[in-house]
Amino acid sequence: MKSLEELRKIKERALLRRQMASQGAKARIIVAMGTCGIAAGARDTMSAILKELEQRGIADVTVTQTGCLGLCEYEPIVQVQVGDQEMVTYGPIQPERVPVLIEKHVLGGEPVTEWQIKQ
Amino acid sequence: MTVFRDLSQHILDIAENSVAAGATELYLDIREDPQTDRLGITVRDNGRGIPPEMLAQITDPWVTTRTTRKVGLGIPFLKQTAEMCDGSFEITSKPGRGTCVTVSFRLSHIDRPLLGDLVGTLLCLIVGNPNLDLIYTHVVGERSFTFDAHQIREVLGPEVPLSDPEVLAFIRETLYEGLQALGSEAVTS
Repeated sequence: MKSLEELRKIKERALLRRQMASQGAKARIIVAMGTCGIAAGARDTMSAILKELEQRGIADVTVTQTGCLGLCEYEPIVQVQVGDQEMVTYGPIQPERVPVLIEKHVLGGEPVTEWQIKQ
Repeated sequence: MTVFRDLSQHILDIAENSVAAGATELYLDIREDPQTDRLGITVRDNGRGIPPEMLAQITDPWVTTRTTRKVGLGIPFLKQTAEMCDGSFEITSKPGRGTCVTVSFRLSHIDRPLLGDLVGTLLCLIVGNPNLDLIYTHVVGERSFTFDAHQIREVLGPEVPLSDPEVLAFIRETLYEGLQALGSEAVTS
């Protein structure tokens, strides 16, 4: 059974991780979670993102949600912004595409142009 | 027919409304009662609420606060799903105080969507919305389990985000174990 004591120990290690990640978050990932997004599977996409970050032990990437972006045909939509580079909007990003997206863009800093939504 | 595969997606959808309304607290109550053959879900928030004129028409698909599209299908679909399963849908709101959505289903109804990946859903909700505290109670028969994000934040302090990988794993396991102990459909099916 999970205990708050265990959580306290996790806190100590987490604080160390925060200190090591120099200027806070090095990248932002935003998942569109409007009704259309959820219907297209955005929840599974976000779960895949969280799992990938967790498995790689990445602690300095923030993952947040936003509402409908009005590009419903491209759902599930994921936006990635690394450092002070431009934000890139991707879609559709099914769970299977997540590992490559994290590897290439989030960690490697190189956008995956094939999946980018071109306006 | 239904736009969402399972009920956890409906819950996520309603919770996103709460987030959009500026809620900082989300009370989620799920009750599986095999004795009365009912499944009840309540989502209550402390967001800005819905004005009475809009509330009266909220189950109309053409009524929405979305600016990107002219339809808001989440609430109408949930209402329809509930009513299809000998259930009910109710929404109340007080502008400036918050909104409450209460939905029920006949637990054993053949068309009743399963709860689905509730743990994954709640994790996304918790991580994706750092300004939202989730207070979640799940009851199966006589047993209950509660998760309170306040407690977690109190221990972690302001510097450690809930999205820290170890914290995330802790929350996932806490939810999973809690639901398993209840014998909830969300982890046994």
